[in-house]
Amino acid sequence: MKPIDTTAGIAGISASFRRSFADFSLDVALAVPGRGVTAIFGPSGSGKTSLLRSIAGLERAGSGYLSVNGEVWQDDAAGVFLPVHQRPLGYVFQEASLFAHLDVARNLGFGLRRVPTTRRRVSLEQAIELLGLQKLMQRMPGTLSGGERQRVAIARALATSPRLLLMDEPLASLDIARKAEILPYLERLHDELDMPVLYVSHAPDEVARLADHLVLLDAGRVTASGSTRELMTRLDLPLAHGDAAAAVIDAVVSAVEPHWHMSHAEFAGGRISLLNPSLEVGQRVRVRIQARDVSLTLTRQEGTSVQNIFAVAVVALSPDSPGQVMVSLDAGGGTLLARLTQKSAQALQLRPGSRVFAQVKGVAVLG
Amino acid sequence: MLDDASLQALALTLRLAATTTVVLLLAGTPLAWWLARTRSRLKGPVGAMVALPLVLPPVVLGFYLLVLMGPNGPVGQLTQSLGWGVLPFTFAGLVVGSVLYSMPFVVQPLQNAFEAIGERPLEAAATLRASPLDTFFSVVLPLSRPAYLTAAVMGFAHTVGEFGIVLMMGGNIPGKTRVMSVQIYDHVEALEYRQAHWLAGGLLVFSFLVLLALYTLQPGRRKGQGA
Repeated sequence: MKPIDTTAGIAGISASFRRSFADFSLDVALAVPGRGVTAIFGPSGSGKTSLLRSIAGLERAGSGYLSVNGEVWQDDAAGVFLPVHQRPLGYVFQEASLFAHLDVARNLGFGLRRVPTTRRRVSLEQAIELLGLQKLMQRMPGTLSGGERQRVAIARALATSPRLLLMDEPLASLDIARKAEILPYLERLHDELDMPVLYVSHAPDEVARLADHLVLLDAGRVTASGSTRELMTRLDLPLAHGDAAAAVIDAVVSAVEPHWHMSHAEFAGGRISLLNPSLEVGQRVRVRIQARDVSLTLTRQEGTSVQNIFAVAVVALSPDSPGQVMVSLDAGGGTLLARLTQKSAQALQLRPGSRVFAQVKGVAVLG
Repeated sequence: MLDDASLQALALTLRLAATTTVVLLLAGTPLAWWLARTRSRLKGPVGAMVALPLVLPPVVLGFYLLVLMGPNGPVGQLTQSLGWGVLPFTFAGLVVGSVLYSMPFVVQPLQNAFEAIGERPLEAAATLRASPLDTFFSVVLPLSRPAYLTAAVMGFAHTVGEFGIVLMMGGNIPGKTRVMSVQIYDHVEALEYRQAHWLAGGLLVFSFLVLLALYTLQPGRRKGQGA
């Protein structure tokens, strides 16, 4: 079965794999854009890693089909199966998996020197610079911190100029500080290299920050696939529920007030004020607004400390945890989420189409 | 101090041990690799066969080899039809016997090292464009260097000390099959205790030094994956 690719045409990634394990079966068909970061998101045990390993060829699915931007890497029906080492991909494992007998420079060179010169698009210098490895080149893997090792692993994969970069929860084995250390590098990767990335994760904040496109996986099946912005606010999906539920909005910086340490950015629903002075006018920013930071009023509040107030229309309501309800809101085309108690939703008589004002207490700039 | 016969036996022993070690490293590598990676049901039986010389009296092994490779044995029939003659009572026969006898001492350290490396470095290498053979030489071999040292030293030293097999299938032919251990036996039989002392003492010191080197030069077993 070849999935019909409606979003990306031939320039995309089409994959379908069916495979049965003793206690689990993987049965996915997906088509995602051939550029940008696509996050594969789902609870542990949902088959994310298995899917990624099948795409890499590390696991051979019972039957599978895979084409990457027009090149068929696997078509079991036609007897096509490129072995892993012949697929022009990069793979970053959960643990760095560096070669213990080689220093950082030789680890980086391992893949690079096996790629013909004519097929190199990322230079070694570029990979070193992107991941900030200049000072680590002569070190042995055993002497590096977890975060440093993972940066080397990412650069090592990049240095092979992959036509598809696969990352299997590259931050999962790191503590919060190390995660914060690596995330900016991943964002630079996204901004500076035009390379499709499949990024497996079970952390909503990473997804919100890095992914353009989202594939939701549950029990070995794809439950939804679409843009991150859209999927994060769809009330029929688990991502839009619970404590971490949030809307992601892309905006353009329109004014900066350095003396207040503030910037202002425009999106379809109005102007967002941000406590972040280091932005520049014209810069695109992605912000995250958590559902629990949004409250609703029937009239525009005067005399409030809240600066971000948007006129919105209620799109839908959906029960959340007991006593709470998740409301999706249309702000001039952008979608916001608000999490209210059922009691207040009742008191405001909210129903689809109601016109209300959303007061936003906190906005996080994702970079 | 050593008479000519002893020197000849010493030279022959070293030649036998060196040949055996080389053969075992070459043949033992694929065998150890297979044992470390296979999920086949044959893994158990093959592993047990490899380990047999650890528990079997060498004389038993030698006896069966003699029967198998003798003029009327199946292997003997084969070697004769190939024009190689029969192997017992030749140097080549001793090499065959020594290879079997010392096999666990070479195969087991290699197998352990290959198992310790695990799947991950091989997968990482594959995603970095290295073919399986390339991966073996550029990742597995360097990571297994300490194990190769152990395997070579143990295989060599163990072959130097063998007696039972040699006696059963090599006999006692000066310059061809009379190795050190047999020479010592001969000396003792002839009541030449001084000569026997030189050889036996030499063998004792040699064995101790080899093990000492192995235990001190190799600081702690390197973990396969580490990073």
